[in-house]
Amino acid sequence: METKRTTMNSKKTWLVALAICLLLATISPLASSAPDGLEKVAEDNGFSEAGHNSPLSIVADYVFPGVRNEILATILAGWLGTALVFLLAYGSARVIYQLKGGHARP
Amino acid sequence: MHIPDGFLSGATMATTAVASAAGLGVAVKMVSRRIGERHVPLMGMMGAFIFAAQMLNFPVVGGASGHLIGAALAAILLGPWASIIIMSLVLIAQCLIFQDGGLLALGANIFNMSIIAGLGAYLIYRLLTKFLGEDRRLVAGFVAAWFSVVIASVAAALELAISGTVPLDAVLPAMVGWHTLIGIGEGLITIAMLGLVRAVRKDLLQMGRA
Repeated sequence: METKRTTMNSKKTWLVALAICLLLATISPLASSAPDGLEKVAEDNGFSEAGHNSPLSIVADYVFPGVRNEILATILAGWLGTALVFLLAYGSARVIYQLKGGHARP
Repeated sequence: MHIPDGFLSGATMATTAVASAAGLGVAVKMVSRRIGERHVPLMGMMGAFIFAAQMLNFPVVGGASGHLIGAALAAILLGPWASIIIMSLVLIAQCLIFQDGGLLALGANIFNMSIIAGLGAYLIYRLLTKFLGEDRRLVAGFVAAWFSVVIASVAAALELAISGTVPLDAVLPAMVGWHTLIGIGEGLITIAMLGLVRAVRKDLLQMGRA
């Protein structure tokens, strides 16, 4: 049984966690654009040409479509992805919990 | 180390896809046994954090960059099976929406960064906390996180070599070399987050794993 105090703490925790996630997405335009480990290995060993992009390109390369400012487009893509993955993981966890026979509130 | 399409052979992609589907199935079953209502928002938040943190590539010496995988953090806080589910969802969203990682290579990416990294990190973390004691859990967390990146890079190197894309004696030392460096970043971010959780919500560390 949660007391009122821990409930408030809990709410605060979620707000802080959410703020951290959105902050990370917001500063994502600062990310290094150097090739990642695998890309570097592919370049150095001459097989990067073999790679090609997935045909699915809804928000290709973390740039929100239709937004001219690339920094803003990256931030929007970050926010979208963060929210989307939250819903995906939250939703999946809830479904698993309910399949188990738990009584999650809607 | 999201593998794009074109790097792996059909057989390698099919094999890793089947292994990933099986691993994910086991993970759902294991999580469903232990999950409590309070795990539901935690799993959502962990996924959101990992997605956001993965966007932040940090440079490493030598002209490459890396970013958090996150499997170790999720495995330490929520257990290996919940970690596999969360990481797989992150990778699926990155692949389907953000063109990060190949569509046909999705099974391989889930195998490396979700299953191998999550189980590897958890195994090392448990072993180290057992032998070093719970007080050294940050040391254990750092090593487990570093290891998860290196073991995932070994898996990726093996898949590339088996696919005939690049010889093993070239790709294995190169992948392990870069990811030994990138793994340091993984370790630092992981223990920073573990320390933060410990400081503000110590109860979450003891809440039991899903």
